[in-house]
Amino acid sequence: MSDAWIVVIAVGALTMVFKAAGPVFLGDRQLPARAQSVVDLVAPVMLTALVVTQTLGGDEKIVVDARIPGVAAAAVAIWRGAPIFVAMLIAALVTALVRVVL
Amino acid sequence: MVADGTPTRVRDGVRAALPLVLGPVLFGLSFGVLADAAGMSAAAAVVMSATTFAGSAQFAAASVLADGGTVLAAVVSAVLLNLRYVGQSIAAASVFSGSRARRFFESQLIVDESWALSGRSGRFEWPILVGAGLLLYVLWVSSTAVGSFVGGALGDPNDLGLDAAFAALFLALAMPYLRERKAVEAAVVAGAITLVLIPVVPAGVPLVAASAACLLGLRR
Repeated sequence: MSDAWIVVIAVGALTMVFKAAGPVFLGDRQLPARAQSVVDLVAPVMLTALVVTQTLGGDEKIVVDARIPGVAAAAVAIWRGAPIFVAMLIAALVTALVRVVL
Repeated sequence: MVADGTPTRVRDGVRAALPLVLGPVLFGLSFGVLADAAGMSAAAAVVMSATTFAGSAQFAAASVLADGGTVLAAVVSAVLLNLRYVGQSIAAASVFSGSRARRFFESQLIVDESWALSGRSGRFEWPILVGAGLLLYVLWVSSTAVGSFVGGALGDPNDLGLDAAFAALFLALAMPYLRERKAVEAAVVAGAITLVLIPVVPAGVPLVAASAACLLGLRR
């Protein structure tokens, strides 16, 4: 089985169990408060780490390239309230342009 | 949902989700394109959308694979991102009824948008969750299929700045969480761990290590 299929099956199976956790397995019992506050931090933490790897990550090295102006432009757009897809488009356009020029 | 007291129906849920349809369609398309660039077959991409049905985790898994990361790193980062569904699922548990199998399949329609819409009146409404979830599910899976077939025709996705576009996507998804001080602190620590580890360990591992920053939630 290819790596991609192993990822697809493992992530799919676990996510299905997570989504069924309340209705099928646990009922409406609450998570303990401290566990909940750890879970609450997962999204901001993982998404920030992904921003860093996606902007600066290379083949086991930090790569400073055309992605940075693209992501910076998108950050300004997001901060000004642009919809997500507009921000993505801006990042792609700026990065592609810088790549053509350099 | 309905002001005159008539019972809420599944079709009200479909209607409630209509203003949101552009997002899932565009993301489904771009997930298909990224999955293709990450070496996933169209079938794998579609099966992932049909079973995982959660955008950010799917993008995370595909981006780890695209960077040449390990299977384990891809699975762990995606699964961690989906942990929030345990909390959402528990919160909405009381609206599901019927056999275990029925509750299992209906609960698969929980996704950030359907969950948020179904709870916006202050208590969860089953028809909204199911109606909105069904519409989003169909759009997500079908646009993934289109995206992964189109993806192959695009050439090198990085020439189009797709790598930066996904960084922007993750940034935009992170932003709503970064209003609370604790979340900002944890995000800064996570970013620092990632930055330090990128040159030292294989792709994907920095993401898994960065998840340790969630433990800052244990502070009182």
